[in-house]
Formats: sequence, C-alpha cells, structure tokens
Amino acid sequence: MTADMTMRDVFFEECEDLIAALTEGLTAMRDGSTDSETVNAVFRAVHSVKGAAGAFALDDLVGFAHTSETVLDHVRSQRLALDDRILHVLQRSGDILADLIETAREELPTNSAQVDPVLADLQSFLGDAPAEAEDFTFEALTLAFDGPADAGSTYVVDFTPNAAFYTSGNDPVLIIAALQSLGTTRVTVDLSRLPTGLDALHWQDGLLSWQLEIEGLGSDLPILEVFEFVDDLCALQVKLLDEDTAVPDIATATAPDSPVEQDGMDAAAGMAGDMSDQKARNAADKGSTRAASSLRVNPERIDRLINAVGELIINQSVISQRLQHANLPNTAELFADLDDYKLLAREIQEGVMAIRAQPVKPLFQRMLRIAREAADATGKVVELITEGEATEVDKTVIERLADPLTHMIRNAIDHGIEAPDLRTAAGKNRQGRLRLAARQRSGSIVIEIADDGAGLNRPRIREIAVSKGLVAEDAQLSETEIDHLLFAPGFSTAKEVTNLSGRGVGMDVVKTAITALGGRVAISSQFGQGTTFSITLPLTLAVMDGMIINLGGQTMVVPISSIVETIRPKDADLSQIGLNNTLLRIRGEYVPIIDLAERMGQVATLRDMTDRVLLLIQTDSVPQCALAVDDIFDQRQVVVKSMQGNYGEISGISGATILGDGKIALIIDPEAVAQGNSVYAVTNSQNGRDVSYVAAC
Amino acid sequence: MSQLAELQKSERLEFVTLVAGGQNFCIEITQIREIRRWTPVTVLPHSPDHVLGVINLRGAVIPIIDLAAKLGFAKIMPTERHVIIIIAVEDRIIGLLVESVSEILGVDSHTVRETPRGPEDTTTRAILGIIPLGDDMTKIISLSALLAPASQVAA
Amino acid sequence: MTKRILAIDDSRTIRSLLTQTLQKAGFEVSTAVDGVDGIEKFQHEDADLVITDVNMPNKDGFGVIADIRGGTRNRTVPVLVLTTESGAALKERARQAGATGWIVKPFDDEALVAVIRRLTGAA
Repeated sequence: MTADMTMRDVFFEECEDLIAALTEGLTAMRDGSTDSETVNAVFRAVHSVKGAAGAFALDDLVGFAHTSETVLDHVRSQRLALDDRILHVLQRSGDILADLIETAREELPTNSAQVDPVLADLQSFLGDAPAEAEDFTFEALTLAFDGPADAGSTYVVDFTPNAAFYTSGNDPVLIIAALQSLGTTRVTVDLSRLPTGLDALHWQDGLLSWQLEIEGLGSDLPILEVFEFVDDLCALQVKLLDEDTAVPDIATATAPDSPVEQDGMDAAAGMAGDMSDQKARNAADKGSTRAASSLRVNPERIDRLINAVGELIINQSVISQRLQHANLPNTAELFADLDDYKLLAREIQEGVMAIRAQPVKPLFQRMLRIAREAADATGKVVELITEGEATEVDKTVIERLADPLTHMIRNAIDHGIEAPDLRTAAGKNRQGRLRLAARQRSGSIVIEIADDGAGLNRPRIREIAVSKGLVAEDAQLSETEIDHLLFAPGFSTAKEVTNLSGRGVGMDVVKTAITALGGRVAISSQFGQGTTFSITLPLTLAVMDGMIINLGGQTMVVPISSIVETIRPKDADLSQIGLNNTLLRIRGEYVPIIDLAERMGQVATLRDMTDRVLLLIQTDSVPQCALAVDDIFDQRQVVVKSMQGNYGEISGISGATILGDGKIALIIDPEAVAQGNSVYAVTNSQNGRDVSYVAAC
Repeated sequence: MSQLAELQKSERLEFVTLVAGGQNFCIEITQIREIRRWTPVTVLPHSPDHVLGVINLRGAVIPIIDLAAKLGFAKIMPTERHVIIIIAVEDRIIGLLVESVSEILGVDSHTVRETPRGPEDTTTRAILGIIPLGDDMTKIISLSALLAPASQVAA
Repeated sequence: MTKRILAIDDSRTIRSLLTQTLQKAGFEVSTAVDGVDGIEKFQHEDADLVITDVNMPNKDGFGVIADIRGGTRNRTVPVLVLTTESGAALKERARQAGATGWIVKPFDDEALVAVIRRLTGAA
C-alpha cells in the first residue's frame, strides 16, 4: 500500500485513539478486570495498529506490535495465564508501542535500548510455542514450474466450476474474460451435462465446462494467477498444447496437505469467540473511541464559535440595558422575551463550552505513565490512584495542565514519597500512595495531588528561603506562608540533582502555569504523613457572574462566586487597628477591610468608610476579608477576556470584560487581592508597591 | 540571521512612516494590523509609565503603549489628533500611540542600511536599521526588541 | 459503467488508503466502519464488490460474508477478505464463509486493483 503525507496524519490520529483504548484496557486489566472482553479490546487495539502501520513500512513498529499481539492472543485464548509479571510486561509494552508510534511520527530512529528489553520479555512468554504458520501464503504464483521459458507457447485450460464456485461470488465469464486478456484465446464450452428441461436446471449446479486455448504465453503462471482464489472450487487442468508427459501436469493446484497449525486453529477459535462475545461487547461498549459516534473538529472553529457566543451574551446585555433606559410602555412581554433570549444564549454557550470540555481521563492516564517512570527512575515503590477521571475540563486547560501536573507528580515521587526502607522503618507501607483526583466544586474544578510521603519539612524550607534572601531572618511566618515559599522563584530544595529533577525546574514554574490559567494552588501538609497540593481552576474560561462596582470612577467587576455578602457599614461596625487599617465587626467576628482603590494604585479616596460598600469575600484559600469599594451596581453575566496573551499578568486582576456600552471593565481577583496581605508581598514591598506584577510591555 | 538581513531577503519592502517624540520612525507594513484615531483607554493598575491602558478593539482587550515614552522620550499627552497603530508581533496584538502617521513608503530592500554604531541607549536598541529619505532618514523599529517578552518580573 | 466498491474496515487509516487507491483506479468507493455498518450499507446501496477486514468489533468479516451470502440481496457479489493473517486455516475459513478471495495486509496497490478489476470485470 503506498501512502502519502495526509495518510500519515490519518494514521497517527488513529493511533492516538488506539493507544487510548489500549491504555484504558490495560488499566482495567491491572485493576482486576481480566475478562475476555477487556483483553480482546487490548488485543484489537494492538492488532489495528499493526494492520495500519504495515502500509507505511514502519517495520520496527509492526514487528513489536506483532509480538505484543501474539502474546495478547495467547492470553485471550488462555494459552497464557495472566499473572503479575505478564501484566507488568504488557503495561510496559503498551508504553513502548506508544513510543514507537511517536518516533515514527517524528521520523526518528528507534530507541532500541528501550525497546529491545521489553521485546525480549514479550518473547520469553512465547518461548517454545511453535512458529507461526503466518509465513505460509497460498499463492499460485509461488508454485515453481519448470516449463519452457520461451514466449509463444499455447496452453490448454480445462475448467469446470462446481457449485461453490458460483456461490462464492465468482463468475466464470469474468474468469474467461481475464484469460482472454492474456493472449489470443479460443473458447469452447461443453454443454453435455445440461439437463434437457429448464426446470431441472439450477444455476449453481456447475454443469458447464469450458476449454480454452491461449496462445503466446511464456509460462502458465499468469493463468494460475487468474484462478488464484478458485483453484479448489473447480476442476482445473492447465497444460501445454501438444506436450508429452515429460512435463508434469499441474492438476488441481491444491493447498499443501499440512496439518492445520495450532496457532491458526486458535486464531480461528479466537475469532469464533469474538462472535459470541459480540453481545457482551455491545452492551459494555461505552462509546469512548467509536469512530462512528464522535467527530473530529478543528479547534479554531470552536474558538471562533465561543467568541461569537460571548458576543451574543454581551449583545443580549446591551439590548437589555437599552430597553431599561428607553422607558417603553407595556414592556412586560418584551422583557419576558428578552429573558428567553438570555436563556437560549446561555444554553448555546453551555453547549459550546461542553464541546470543548473533555474528561481529564487521558491526561490522568499519561500521569500514570509518568508516575511509573518516575518510580522506576528513583527506586521508589509507588501506586498512583486516579479519581474523578470523568470530570470534564476545557480542552485548552487540559493541554496546559499537562506540564504542571507532570512536575508535581515527579516532585511528589522524588521528594515526597520516601524510599521503601525508610517507609517501612517509619511504620508505613513499603508502597507509597499517590492520589490524583479531580472534582467540580461550585464553579471551579479542583485537582488534587496527594501523597502519603514525608510531608513538608518546614524548618528546612524556611532555612533555605532565608539563605536565598527570599525572607528576612526574623520574619514571622505562618505554616501556610512557609508552604507557599516553595513557589517562590529561585527556590529549590534539591540538594542533589536526581534523575528527574536534574534541570532544577522549580515549583514556581508550576505556579505560573496555574495562575496563567486563572487558577490557584494551595498546599496542605503534615510532616511525616504527607502533602496535598490542590489546584483550583475556573470552570469556564469565558463567562462569569459578576458584580459591577464603581471604584474611584472606574467601573470594575467582582466575581459573584467569591462574594458572601454586601455591607453598608455603620460607624459602630468599624474599628481601627494600627495606623491605616480598619476592621469590620460582623456577627461577633472581626474581618480585615482592604481598601481596593489603594490596592489598585488609585489616588486615595476621600470617602468615608461608612459611605462605601464592603464586599465580604470568602474563598478557599484566604481567610475572610472585606473589600471596600465606592458603589455597587447590578449583577450581570460578563464575558471574560483574558489579557494574558497581549499583556501579561496584573496582580489583583484576573481579566477584563467589555460592558454593554463598549467600555472595558477590569475584573478583580479577590483571592489575589486578599493574599496581598501575605509575606511574599511584604518582602517584595519596594517603592511603595505592595505586590509584584508582571507586565509585558 | 539578524533582523535586518531577514528583511533584506525580500526585494521590495513597504513601511508606514510615523512621528513619535518628534522623530521619524517607520514600521514594516506586514506587522501592522490597523491604524486608528486615539480613543480613551481604561487605565491598568500598577502599570509602567509607557503603558497607557487598554482599549476595546472589536471585542478584544488590547493594551496601548506610548511609543515615545517607551523609546525614552517624553510622554505624549494624547488627544483626538493622535493616532494608534495596532500591531501584531509574535501572536500578541498591541496598540502603539504615536503623534502622527505620514505615509506608506515603498523601497528597494538594498536602500535599507544598518544602524550606524554609536552609544547604545533605549532608543537605538529598538532600531533595526535606517532608510535615508532625502536629507533626512527614518528609523525602522524592531517591534520584538521594543516589547519585552510576555513574562518578566519587574524590579 | 463505473464499478462500486464497498470497503469495510474498522481502521480509519485502512479505509482512507483503500478509498484513495480504488478511486484513483476509477472505482466508486463507499466505506463502513464495522460489520454492522457494512451490512447496513450493503442493504441500501449497490455494490459490485465488497472488500472487508476480518477483525472488527460488532461483526467481523466472516459475519459480513455470512450475512451477504445468506441474505436476499446481491448474494453472489464478489467479496474480498482483507487480512493480516494468511495460512491454510484462514483460507479454509474464508472459503467456508463464502469469500471470493483474499488479500493480505499490507497489500500491494496494483495487485489489489488487478484482482478487483478481474473480479468485477472492470476495464
């Protein structure tokens, strides 16, 4: 099969799906589902890779796939019992197969050092099994015939098709036509066996015989080729005209009489097994990689669609506002219609976001492999468990999570989980446990990486931070603040360069990546027991419910999801603390008030605190606080426009939106503002700037 | 290959000439998306002097930079008569505030000269070459040198 | 008259390759993703030849042939089995199921086209 560039793309795309199915099946097998359905699925995936790869002459890939396939075949037909060792090798071979596909895609040479050991392991299971019968191909062409080599001999072909000839879709007329194309041909038909009455005639009975004389042939091979499929469905004689018996006749070209090879039989048995399992397979089919039920879509189209839907929602908002200002009489119905419009827009928006949302499962599966490799490289024994694989996240978020998650998993295995002996000495299981979980929580996705390892060594972290000048020697730091030092740029606890963290990539890169996604990372750790990292990401990147506020004449937006309550404070509720700070007393508790205008670098307002509105903020990772703003207006759905791409990060701002009147309103990031109280900001306080910022221009 | 050499690969080049900080500059035309009149910006908190704010460009939020200030000259006090040049560089869309835009200048690439060596300052770092124009000359702005990479912690 | 071919294979890559090769050779090509889809298409479209993979989910190649040969429509259509295996056992099974012929993957474009031309009587 010849193939060109676009075919390669199709092939590699298909390989992605096949590897996904393969990984899914292998994971199920590892978790204990060793039923024939699951093993079959894995077998089929490898088989399909092999089948398609053959077209591209990817010999290493085909060869490896073939051996894998054979082992899987033996397993599914139960010639090989599935034990831990075989399971492990199968997992590894899944990884190698994926690698071979990658090297083929990148057109790089095969990494034999990696491939050969696994190949050898696979072959060890096949041991003394008889050689496959695969090399035997029945081909009329390969039959040697020492006939005269000169051109111009006439051959006589006698053939009588039997009933099966006809029912197998063959047509004598076509055979004859093909023979006629080989050279000048004379055809005679023998009708002698036809019955006299038409009603006694059955077309299938094979009552007709033909004899053909074909001139000008160098050998009988072209003739035999024409009969390649039907040699046993007819009585066939091919001989040279006027020859003597010195040259052997090719009578019925028969299949050699070899006993059916055991593997072939079992392959047939396997196939029979396939058919009876069909129902079970249909029932169990979760439709995850069925070509017929999914669409491949150009991501750019989805992006354009999402933008358009965003505009639609703004447009609806604009119309709504204008209508309100227009003071039209009898608008009750109109507003009802507008509400419908709003609902429909929302539906479309959710639908489109859902298109882009994908389960995190493939990402988590990749992490399984990363964890395996990391454990091998560091000599740790680790089990990675995943939870919530079906949780759906926007596609772009998944792509950008891959690197941070990889870092964190490697970190957890390298630095978190202790060596097996140390663990046993500490009374823990030899095998460490690493849990990767995803769940949705009120407008956000939470991803957790939890290990039961050594936990964070806070005194040491603090020490290192001091030695690197990240904190003052005498700074008073809470546990959380110490934990977050891990994310400071330039911080790295690795005293030795290990196999994994050789490049000294620190957790600050992880933090940047997560923040760029509009998310947060929180750490929770107990020394000696383990550490949990929680990543919180906004659920949709595009639309958010916001509170429109006035801050020093500027219109801005605060996400509703973080506002607990809005308060117009009275003097009695307020207390001064320190020089510049005010506390709000609410329900018996004291909550710090943050002057948002000041945080945003505005000229200090002259308004009295009692003349302002306080927004009580509560989020996962910061204690309660209240943001002081000048006025609040209405609540509105806003489309979030990121400024990342064009500008960069602005501390305290998570994006911008375009209001109905076309003006831009910046969106406040309450958590970042609240965290402005943290030590990191304090130590970076220079030139009167409270928080560091990142700007692109 | 230097940016200048890259430019000179084409035979004919087109530039938009402009005035900023009282001097003549030009920008290669393929980097320019659009030219607009000045419109009020939304201020960004904690932004450097040369960043004026952001504007709404058909639904996208675009930062506007004072080109003169960025090059080290005095800030421009923008009015309706000033012009914003929307440029695209490395996937980022940004607006440059300039005093005025003169014309589209088409030249054979060999007329483009290297910047004469002299003491380096903020301005010369952002110039990738010059084009003689009668008695005067216009300086070609290197947009990538002008704009810092997307993430850089400020001191 | 242009001959129509129904190609059944669960591999997207193989379907694409077959379509490309056969269309270039002047055939009209229709594809199906597995045996069930294949029979469905077979019932509703004309085909001068069917080429089918063996190993497919939901209904394999032999199931397809059995349905065709045992059905009422176009029963004697030539069917080629496309397979990675070869050997006496395969041939036996193919024969039993009523296949007209077989082609081993990876196949040679020209050989495939030649066989199809012969079996359909196309030019």
